[in-house]
Amino acid sequence: MTSDNDRRRGLLARLRGRPAARSRGRRRLGAAFRLIAALTLAGGAYTVFAPGVQAQENPPLTGAAAEGRALFDVSCVTCHGRNAQGVEGRGPSLIGVGSASVEFQVGSGRMPMARQEAQAMRKPPVFTDEQVRQLGQYIQELGGGPQVPQGNLREGANLATGGELFRINCSQCHAFGGGGGALSSGKYAPSLNPASDAQIYAAMLSGPQNMPVFGDNQITPEQKADIIAYIQETLKADQDQGGFNLGRYGPSTEGLAIFLVGIVALVFASLWIAGKS
Amino acid sequence: MKRRKFDVAAVPGKAAGGVDDRFQVATPLRKLLNKVFPDHWSFLLGEIALFSFVVLLLTGVFLTFFYEPAMTEVVYNGSYAPLRGTPMSAAYASSLDISFDVRGGLIMRQMHHWSALLFMAAIVVHMMRVFFTGAFRKPRETNWIIGSLLFWVGFLAGFTGYSLPDDGLSGTGLRIASGIMLSIPVIGSWVTSSVFGGEFPGEIIISRFFIAHVLLIPGLLVALISAHLGLVFKQKHTQWPGPGRTNENVVGERMFPRYALKQGGFFMVVFGVIALMGGLFQINPIWYFGPYEAWVVSAASQPDWYVMFLDGSTRLMPAWEINIPIGNGYVIPPLFWPTVVLPGILVGLSTLYPFVEARQLKDYRHHNLLQRPRDVPARTAVGAMAVAFYIVLTLSGANDVIADKFHISLNAMTWAGRIGLLFIPPLAYYVTYRICLGLQQHDREVLAHGVETGIIRRLPDGRFEEVHQPLSAGDGHGHGELDYVGWVVPKKMNRLGALGPAIRGFFYPIEKPVEAPVSPGHPPVEPRPEREEIGSGDSRR
Repeated sequence: MTSDNDRRRGLLARLRGRPAARSRGRRRLGAAFRLIAALTLAGGAYTVFAPGVQAQENPPLTGAAAEGRALFDVSCVTCHGRNAQGVEGRGPSLIGVGSASVEFQVGSGRMPMARQEAQAMRKPPVFTDEQVRQLGQYIQELGGGPQVPQGNLREGANLATGGELFRINCSQCHAFGGGGGALSSGKYAPSLNPASDAQIYAAMLSGPQNMPVFGDNQITPEQKADIIAYIQETLKADQDQGGFNLGRYGPSTEGLAIFLVGIVALVFASLWIAGKS
Repeated sequence: MKRRKFDVAAVPGKAAGGVDDRFQVATPLRKLLNKVFPDHWSFLLGEIALFSFVVLLLTGVFLTFFYEPAMTEVVYNGSYAPLRGTPMSAAYASSLDISFDVRGGLIMRQMHHWSALLFMAAIVVHMMRVFFTGAFRKPRETNWIIGSLLFWVGFLAGFTGYSLPDDGLSGTGLRIASGIMLSIPVIGSWVTSSVFGGEFPGEIIISRFFIAHVLLIPGLLVALISAHLGLVFKQKHTQWPGPGRTNENVVGERMFPRYALKQGGFFMVVFGVIALMGGLFQINPIWYFGPYEAWVVSAASQPDWYVMFLDGSTRLMPAWEINIPIGNGYVIPPLFWPTVVLPGILVGLSTLYPFVEARQLKDYRHHNLLQRPRDVPARTAVGAMAVAFYIVLTLSGANDVIADKFHISLNAMTWAGRIGLLFIPPLAYYVTYRICLGLQQHDREVLAHGVETGIIRRLPDGRFEEVHQPLSAGDGHGHGELDYVGWVVPKKMNRLGALGPAIRGFFYPIEKPVEAPVSPGHPPVEPRPEREEIGSGDSRR
């Protein structure tokens, strides 16, 4: 009988050896103690291994980032919300966009936007370079994200490779001459003429507005350098070998020119010749 | 040895006599040289097309010396650094060499392209002149048909030439052309594979287009142009109505010397304008487009302007796909309607128009006198409608460039084009019709009441009225009895000789204004004395 009972009481009781009959109160107290101990252990371990959670809520910002935060709270907070979390229907969250995005959007004057519309257009920048760097630092420290590397961005570039990559990846929207083109519903790919090396790099890295992201997995930093060199040294610095380039809009302005210049000049010539009788 | 006397002055005459002895050309040549051409500036528009065709032949021959019509892959190693080391077709490489390494090659290429655009533009402008003046009427319907065929053959010449450099832009155009051919029901895939020698792009299309562009199409153009000019010779040129001009005569200048010299001069002017444009304005910078690759399509990829209306119709066409449940299902893609059916209708309408109009008006007589556009409001309005239709389509062909540069939504541009295509042509018809009637009305008013003199007279009862100069003796009320004849009515006093002849000269006066008499019999006017500046008196001095 006893052995049968033993078996029924389970392994733990048999190990303990003696089936002590404890009072109900003591058993309750023990359970509570064990629960508290387990919770403390789990919580403690979590606190040890994940200290970032607390840091996120109260970031110890560096000096530049703190300056950036002050600027942010004055100029950007209306649309991007407190702590750059975004405001529904006004502006997206900036957590994780990185300083590359800030450098492009604010450095080219697109942000702050003049009004809500299909796309922010390039304007004279509101902030100085130093302020842009501070804002970028703030956003960077807030959520991390892509950053534009320092130094010469077209070191050792190959123009021919850059041209090929430009035609494959960029010309669909920015057009063969980098003059930009239309997208749907009032959106557009802007002209590349006013863009600096860092802005082009930042745009590829962050994919601003309607542009896709060309991360380092798709286009390596060396290829980015090739593309930037092609834009800056061939498309922008090149003199148009054939004369006035008519805006590099392709055959549409050429068609306009043949009527406005060619036909108009020759109609005047025919008026003149026929008038000489 | 006795020197024979050599009379230099007699050489041309003797030579000509010798030629006539042998070939008997004097009589036909005299007839030819004495042929009379009416003179009006609008008759020179067709010549612009003719002369730019000559420039096309000249520059085109130059380009063939250096162009290589082959699609074999080569690695570019020429002067243009940003493409060096890029694999490309031999055709593109040789086009780059023409642009950068052949002496004078770039200006020749640009002149060739500008003259192609000018050729088509002049054809269209000339066609509009012929249409709006009624020059296509019997007996000249055949020449009208030849002229409209010239437009379409020129269209083919332009498209094949556009494809030859094998750059990114022309390859995109070829891809679209292959898509258009594929869209033709039943025969589409066979047409495409026979033109391209298999699947697009194949390896043969450039050499096929080359032989079409330099031999077949120019041959056809030369034949059509010869027939066109031959018919003008045979049927004689139309002329405007006016004093001494009837349906049976031709008033104008003899072919030789004045008309021939003028035409020669005009050729030089056309050549000069093309050369200036070729030297000053960059056209089709193929080095930016890169070699054609199927995955490279640039924004603002447009055809040349005369093809742009088809691009526009394609952009405006809603995506209506017709599924026919035969077998596994047969699809007529929406591309078929704007690019195959629409041009087909346009060819039919334009060639048949003279017969349609004659039938409508039951007018089967010969017409050698032109009509002013205002005198045939219905035809002028139909023409305005066609021009409006064409312009809406052409602008829609460039609607992405317009949307981008003028900051308009591309979707709005597309819808504006769709709505505009339906509503602007009828509006153009109505407005043109009313303008024609208004112009006629004004002519009739001048014929009835005389020319406005600008003199305002005050009547004893205080009213003011303008004095009119009647054009004929009239009936005492100042009402003339002149009939409306459909020709220019003088509307200014100096046209009646009241102010003396206008100062001569086209661009600047070729005589001093004070020498011109104010009116016959009056001494020249003294120049106006210099005005004194209005001061505030001596106190300020």
